[in-house]
Amino acid sequence: MSDSAKILLAHGSGGRRTRDLVRDTFLPAFANPFLETLSDSAVLPEPPAGRLALTTDGFVVDPPVFPGGNLGSLSVCGTVNDLAVAGARPLWLSFAVILEEGCPIDLLETLVAGAAAAAEEAGVRIVAGDTKVVPRGRGDRVYAVTSGLGVVPEGREIDDRRIRPGDAVLVSGPVGDHGATVMACRHGMSGPGLRSDAAPLGGLVEALLSSGADVRAMHDPTRGGVAVTCNEAASRAGARFRLDEAAIPVRPEVEAVCETLGLDPLYVACEGRLLAWVAAPDADRALAALREHPLGTAAARIGVVEDARPAGAPVILRTRIGGERPLDLLSGSDLPRIC
Amino acid sequence: MLFDPRAVAALARRIRAAASALGRRVVLMEVCGTHTHAIAAAGLRRLLPPQVRLVSGPGCPVCVTPVDYLDRAEALAALPGTIVCTFGDLMRVPSSRGSLERSRAAGAGVRVVYSPRDALDVARAEPASRVVFLSVGFETTAPTIAAALAESEDSGIPNFRILPGNKTVPPPLRALASDPGVLLDGVLLPGHVSVVTGSRAFSFLAEELGVPAAVVGFTPADVLRGVLELVEQLRDGRAEVANLYGRVVREEGNPRARTVLDRFFEPADAVWRGLGAIGSSGLALRPEWAHRDASRIEVAVPEPVEPSGCRCGDVLRGSIEPPECSLFASACTPDTPVGACMVSGEGTCAAWYRHERRTAKERP
Amino acid sequence: MCLAVPMELVARRELEGEVERNGVRRKVSLALLPEAEIGQHLLIHAGYAIGAVDAEEARETIALLEELARASEEGR
Repeated sequence: MSDSAKILLAHGSGGRRTRDLVRDTFLPAFANPFLETLSDSAVLPEPPAGRLALTTDGFVVDPPVFPGGNLGSLSVCGTVNDLAVAGARPLWLSFAVILEEGCPIDLLETLVAGAAAAAEEAGVRIVAGDTKVVPRGRGDRVYAVTSGLGVVPEGREIDDRRIRPGDAVLVSGPVGDHGATVMACRHGMSGPGLRSDAAPLGGLVEALLSSGADVRAMHDPTRGGVAVTCNEAASRAGARFRLDEAAIPVRPEVEAVCETLGLDPLYVACEGRLLAWVAAPDADRALAALREHPLGTAAARIGVVEDARPAGAPVILRTRIGGERPLDLLSGSDLPRIC
Repeated sequence: MLFDPRAVAALARRIRAAASALGRRVVLMEVCGTHTHAIAAAGLRRLLPPQVRLVSGPGCPVCVTPVDYLDRAEALAALPGTIVCTFGDLMRVPSSRGSLERSRAAGAGVRVVYSPRDALDVARAEPASRVVFLSVGFETTAPTIAAALAESEDSGIPNFRILPGNKTVPPPLRALASDPGVLLDGVLLPGHVSVVTGSRAFSFLAEELGVPAAVVGFTPADVLRGVLELVEQLRDGRAEVANLYGRVVREEGNPRARTVLDRFFEPADAVWRGLGAIGSSGLALRPEWAHRDASRIEVAVPEPVEPSGCRCGDVLRGSIEPPECSLFASACTPDTPVGACMVSGEGTCAAWYRHERRTAKERP
Repeated sequence: MCLAVPMELVARRELEGEVERNGVRRKVSLALLPEAEIGQHLLIHAGYAIGAVDAEEARETIALLEELARASEEGR
């Protein structure tokens, strides 16, 4: 294979190869006037009125390309979604990659195209970037780091501390698709219905908020899935959530992967799902707004907020057979097991 | 249907009716860790009447793996050019001084696989490395490892070895059922072990020891059917081995799997964490496969250290419930496990911690 | 102690099988169940088929539970 097909240390040296890589790979994909200046900083116009929201995230995924997305699209979606669930309208992103020497350039091109397409879908611009190369063996092909800047319009208060007993817990669709798909790839499983749900949630969030429902808080259940996200939200809210296992949508394909590898879908990551806590009287309206959006057609009401109890778990699951158990934070749910 | 709440409720009602005719409290043991997990995850204990007490047995292969096995696995992983492949279950089990997960962080060659065949693939892909598969598990898993060994022989993969640690279920069950110090009125038999061994492998329970037993599946309805069967046998003064998992378990099991197993393994005495040494309860590689035996690799293994205060042994014998251990949920949690029963997802303590802690605390 | 999942055998070449459950496929070894037939549901553990599901027995179990559920609804 020729040199030109692989990343060399020189691609990160700041010299001619770096320039060529930026010119041939990044600029055409992310095309926008802020990036094209190639200055040290993107100097941006004054943002719309509101409070600024800033987030940053590192992305590592094995394999870097999977059904329904890739590391590039994932990194843009993840950052856009962190802004969106805070009630912010995402505006600008930075995108940095750390490449391992020897990483195929066509892999990089695939990831950049994925990032560009996700940014387009999300209506954000990638206005700053960076490339570094580490020696072979010091990294795993490619890592991405994205930061995002957005604006929370006046009057929006999305905050776990606003969650109240009686509120409804909604989810925008089936859970666990992303994590199950990636695990399936790693362990030799595949199927046409098995795809990452990675998607930018900005549009879905706007649809929900414009329904007029009193949305108290929102989260995207990424690492640790619904179970961990709910535990964290419950602690911050000082409340207890009761979830109904039978109401939580899980695709049959995801169920099959989880059964085979001994995983619990409630602990498996989503990358394009929204959890929302909504005032009870507004729950139906909020659910209807979610379902009208293409990303929320399978939205469901999955639980209710209760008063916190001094003893006991912050999240309780009503099981399918009508039993009850705490849905704890736990470690080790990410390893496939045979027992 | 197997998760139908109406069927579950109906079974629970029948169990209550049958139990009321018992006239005493009975102790039933679910031998298999996957049962322990299923019982806890569905909240089944709460559906049982006070006369029926379910205790967990020694059926979690991770939990009964002695600490020196893990120490040896870590020592092997630290050898240059050696890759230890393991089921994910073993990664976080505490060894004397760490765990495989910590060893990996320290630079040792450790990989998680789903199948012994995946370890064979590693050996194929890295012919210059020595690949050691951690061979743990009961009769369900042992034949899959034997089949991987057969493949390594037949396709000439010289750099694949196993660290033998497999165990068989009937010997400890016989030991527990014959031990006057262990209260045991009936046994829920492990469904997937029985797929290989056949229900016949457990007939000694009823025929020699007079203990009622039932081979059961893993859904809530399966487990409750098993409990109902045992309570009815006890009520009627019968002792049989009932096969309630006939959809996959035959009386004779899977003879082909046992043939493949016998080609490579032979019975050997084995140490069970918490239970001690039990005769002919383990599987050792036959001498002709010494070249596949990673326990013959020279490596310095430090003196094993067992955690102090840990009552995993009593938990595995079913003589205490996890909250009766003073470390439970205080020093010993899934994030900081002291004993093996807290580590594995199907370990009794982990299952209790995750699913039944609230009830446990509410108990007098 | 042993997770095992029933999956349908959809293709095989000698001892290499392909099984499917809910639209998800995986390659498995049939070395422990060489007599497996296409269309059969097999019990899969750690990448190997270890047993076959007896369709008749499975139907009987379901029928039994359906009867229990019905009885439960009728309040018996």
